[in-house]
Amino acid sequence: MTRLEPPQMAERLAQDIPDGSYVNLGIGMPVMVANYVPEGREVIYHSENGILGVGPTPEPGTEDPDLINAAKQYVTLIKGGCYFDTADSFAMMRGGHLDIAVLGGFQVSADGNLANWATDNEKYPPAVGGAMDLSVGAKTVYVLMRHTTKAGEPKILDACTYPLTGTGVVSRIYTDLAVLEITDEGPRVVELFGDNSFEDVQAVTGTRLLPPA
Amino acid sequence: MIDKRVASLREAIAGIKSGAAVMIGGFGSSGIPFELIEALRLHGADDLTVISNNAGSHEIGIATLLRDRLVRKVVCTYPRSQGSVWFEKLYEEGAIELELMPQGTFAERMRAAGAGLGGFFTPTGYGTKLAEGKETREIDGVGYVLEPPLKADVALIKAHKGDKWGNLAYNTAGRNFNPVMAMAADMTIAEVEHIVELGELDPESVATPGIFVDRVVAQEGIV
Repeated sequence: MTRLEPPQMAERLAQDIPDGSYVNLGIGMPVMVANYVPEGREVIYHSENGILGVGPTPEPGTEDPDLINAAKQYVTLIKGGCYFDTADSFAMMRGGHLDIAVLGGFQVSADGNLANWATDNEKYPPAVGGAMDLSVGAKTVYVLMRHTTKAGEPKILDACTYPLTGTGVVSRIYTDLAVLEITDEGPRVVELFGDNSFEDVQAVTGTRLLPPA
Repeated sequence: MIDKRVASLREAIAGIKSGAAVMIGGFGSSGIPFELIEALRLHGADDLTVISNNAGSHEIGIATLLRDRLVRKVVCTYPRSQGSVWFEKLYEEGAIELELMPQGTFAERMRAAGAGLGGFFTPTGYGTKLAEGKETREIDGVGYVLEPPLKADVALIKAHKGDKWGNLAYNTAGRNFNPVMAMAADMTIAEVEHIVELGELDPESVATPGIFVDRVVAQEGIV
C-alpha cells in the first residue's frame, strides 16, 4: 500500500487551498500545509491568539516574545497583517469569516462528526483550546490525519467513540492513503494515492465507503 | 485628579484576598503579567481561583502559584502544554479543580461580563461533553448552548505602554485576553513596560481604554 508521509499529506491538502483564502491551520501536522501552498496564491493565515497574516519563522535573534502562534512557536507578521484581541479573533472563527480550517483528528464519523480534543483517558487532563470554535465556525473544515492509529485501528468510523469536538462539521478528510469527502450518503473516496485500491482503503476503514464517482 | 499609577508591584496587588477569583492575561508566554504574578505569589493570598487560558508551564508565572499551592481551582481552555508539570502533578493528585471550556466561549464569557450581558448562545460545544447539563436552543435550524458571563474579583493584565489614566497599548500579539479581562473584573491591575505621559499614546492605538483599568504599575525587572 502507498502511505504518504506527513509532509506529502500536507502538500496534497495544500493544493486545495484556493487563492485569496483566509485559513486557520491547527497545531501539529496542519501547520505544515503553509509550506506547500502553490506559488502565486495569496493565502492569509489566522492564528487564534489574535493574528491575521501569520508569516514564517523569524530569523534567530529577531524573535518577538509576544509574537507566537497557537502552538506557542515564534512567528512573524506579513506585510498587511494585523493584531486583535481574543474575543475578536474568535468572532472571526465562530462567525463564519474564515474560509478553511485544517484540523488534526483522532476520529471522524461517517456523518462528519469530529473528535480531536480528548480521549477516554480520565487521568490525563483534558484540553480543548480553540478546536470546538474552529470546527463549528469555519466555512469549510478539512481534517488532516493518518487513516489508522499507530496500532492499525481505523479512525474513520460509523460513530466516534471519543468525545466530540463538533457534529457534522467535516467536509473532507486527507489521510496518508486517500482523500475522502463527507457526503449526505456517507464518506466518498475522491482520490486514492499511488497504487492503493478502493478495497485496500475500505479494509482499514470503520465505516462503509462510497467508491470514487 | 485621576492618577492610576502605583509606585510598586507590592502596592499594585495590595488588597487581594485569599479565596479571590483572579483573571490573568496572556497566551502561552505572550502578554503575561509575569511580575504581577510574582508579586501575587509573594503577597501570600491562597485558595485562589485562577482564570487564564493556560495553566502555567515550567517554573515561572502561573506554575509558581500552583507549585506554592496557592490555587484551589483553574478555569482555562488548555491546561496542558510543554512543561506544564505543576498543573499535571496537582491534577493527578486531585489537589486542583479544573473548569475547562472552549477558548472562544472563555473569551466571550468575559466580554459578556464586561459588557453587562446576562450571557449568550453559542454554537460552539453544542452536542459535545462540554455542553452537558447546559440550556440549549435551536435558532434558525442551528443548535446553540447558553453560556453565562464570567467575572472575577481581580484581573492581572500586561500591556506595552500605559498612561496615568490607565489607557493601554499592546505589543504585537501580546494583546490576546488582556482587553476582555480588563473589562470583566471588579479591579483591573495593569503591568506595563513603559509608563508614558498623558497624550503620548496615539488614541487609535489604545486597545484598552482607561475606564477599564484601576491600577497601572511599571515593571521592576523582578522576573
